[in-house]
Amino acid sequence: MYKNILLAADGSNNALRAANEAIKIASLSNESVIDIVYVADYEKTKEDVLHASSADELMIERRKKIQNVEKALKDNNVSYKVTILHGLPGPEIIKYANERKMDIVVIGSRGLNSLQEMVIGSVSHKVMKRVYCPVLIVK
Amino acid sequence: MQSLKQQWFGNVRGDILSGIVVALALIPEAIAFSIIAGVDPMVGLYASFCVAVIIAFVGGRPGMISAATGAMALLMVPLVRDHGVEYLLAATILTGIIQILFGIFKVAKIMKFIPNAVMIGFVNALAILIFMAQVPHFIGISNMTYVFVAITLVIVYTLPRFVKAIPAPLVALVILTAVAMFSGFELRTIGDLGNITQSLPSFLIPNVPFNFETLQIILPYSLALAIVGLLESLLTAQIVDDMTGTASNKNKEARGQGIANVVTGFFGGMAACAMIGQSVINIKSGGRGRLSSLVAGSFLMFLIIVLGDLVVKIPMSVLVGIMIMVSIGTFDWSSFKYLAKAPRTDAIVMLATVIIVVYTHDLSIGVLAGVLLSAIFFVVKISTLKVERKNSHYIVKGQLFFASTDGFIDYFKSTDINEKEITIDFSNSRIWDDSGVAALSKVKDMLRDEGIEAKVIGLDTSSQKVVQQLDGISSSH
Repeated sequence: MYKNILLAADGSNNALRAANEAIKIASLSNESVIDIVYVADYEKTKEDVLHASSADELMIERRKKIQNVEKALKDNNVSYKVTILHGLPGPEIIKYANERKMDIVVIGSRGLNSLQEMVIGSVSHKVMKRVYCPVLIVK
Repeated sequence: MQSLKQQWFGNVRGDILSGIVVALALIPEAIAFSIIAGVDPMVGLYASFCVAVIIAFVGGRPGMISAATGAMALLMVPLVRDHGVEYLLAATILTGIIQILFGIFKVAKIMKFIPNAVMIGFVNALAILIFMAQVPHFIGISNMTYVFVAITLVIVYTLPRFVKAIPAPLVALVILTAVAMFSGFELRTIGDLGNITQSLPSFLIPNVPFNFETLQIILPYSLALAIVGLLESLLTAQIVDDMTGTASNKNKEARGQGIANVVTGFFGGMAACAMIGQSVINIKSGGRGRLSSLVAGSFLMFLIIVLGDLVVKIPMSVLVGIMIMVSIGTFDWSSFKYLAKAPRTDAIVMLATVIIVVYTHDLSIGVLAGVLLSAIFFVVKISTLKVERKNSHYIVKGQLFFASTDGFIDYFKSTDINEKEITIDFSNSRIWDDSGVAALSKVKDMLRDEGIEAKVIGLDTSSQKVVQQLDGISSSH
């Protein structure tokens, strides 16, 4: 059974669709825990810090970004926890999933920025290639 | 917070590698900022060496990189122009002393009172000034200058997509310096603007008269440098805190910046502070500990001693290209979204900060003006009190205190009330002081004279306390 489910979230609608699939997988077992992982991107740290009046406000701002996903999980009575990582989204998710020996990674196919995707490649593609466990990419 | 041993040796491999990357990225900036300040490149290079090395030991934020910066260089321009470099060194020492005092008196806390709008204005103004400082070095000099600037920009923006390990500015620097040397193009070089000394800095006391007049000259500059240096350092510390997910000691950092500047002044370097861009490069390259700053500073000095002959051959146009990149990276591009979305007053404060800095060329004046302006906006906002009427029910919205009593009284003076009995609802308000209580009883008296009985409801506990304390004095009983 899939016990430890990593759900990558970035505030997009894709992430919400991924959440719905993660819920389906989690509902197969009572022991399942979904770990919602949000990566605070290094490229945006300066902007984030500059526009937040305190470290606490910044924390809340980031939690707001995954509120849509959190709500979906709460509504479906799935047990979950929230993890905020710092770094580049792709590598951080991969490192975290492999270190924690996740059973499955669920990730949306496309994040927020399509231009960035064209230039540096999509996060989901990188994750799929380098994570040891199965990956579910949600369209 | 981590133990000191952890801060030094918790990440040796990562710190050494990132320190080398930062040293390579620092060279062009340290030279360019020296040129902005109007001093020899060595003044910025010595500053970067001394400060990076000293801050590794005394700083409060491991992993943060401090060296010669644009913000500080811009403040020094008039001092160097009017009085010379010796006065700059004296001002640097005084800047350090002021920062040490700031650290001791825990001034880092006041950072909280500097609104976001001012900080956003600060970085944007800094970016604009760095860009403007480049203009005389590339507009209308020669066609080859434009070509070199353009090629530099192409290299620094496209190369990082393919090569991540070596800083792109360094690649541009090496390639284009080689091209310039072997092709014999007519280009201005760093050597035309200053000298490179291939030796370690040595201790010297600034050659200025030690009297009140000197103090009068340097004190305003030192104060501005101390404030701006601390502002940028503490902002950078917050960014590094967030990137690494660890806490730092801001007062220790303020004190550390001070110590570093005092020492730097005695070793022929200009006042320095933390650098946002370089610190981000350090963290991204895997740097986390104090060792990274020590390696960055030492390796920078090593490179200058070994390669100093080549450094003077670097064309100015390449440096200009790198500085344009730095200014684009410094600018907060989300500001445009901010201008549209933020409250009107915040947007005005941000724009005012930028405009004042660009006009005065002084970041400290812009910051002070921005803080003052937002304080005024805050007072206006907090002292605005509204009363909403629903039949005989009057709902007070806002804070009732000495600054807002006029609005409260005027409302009841100017409103025609037909009912014999009204209620004044304070559940969306609070009475803060005696003036508020006085205003309330004045309004009640005024209404009673017109034959209207006013009942006050919805006072919260703390407002009730203020009202009760003055119960005996109030004329309405």
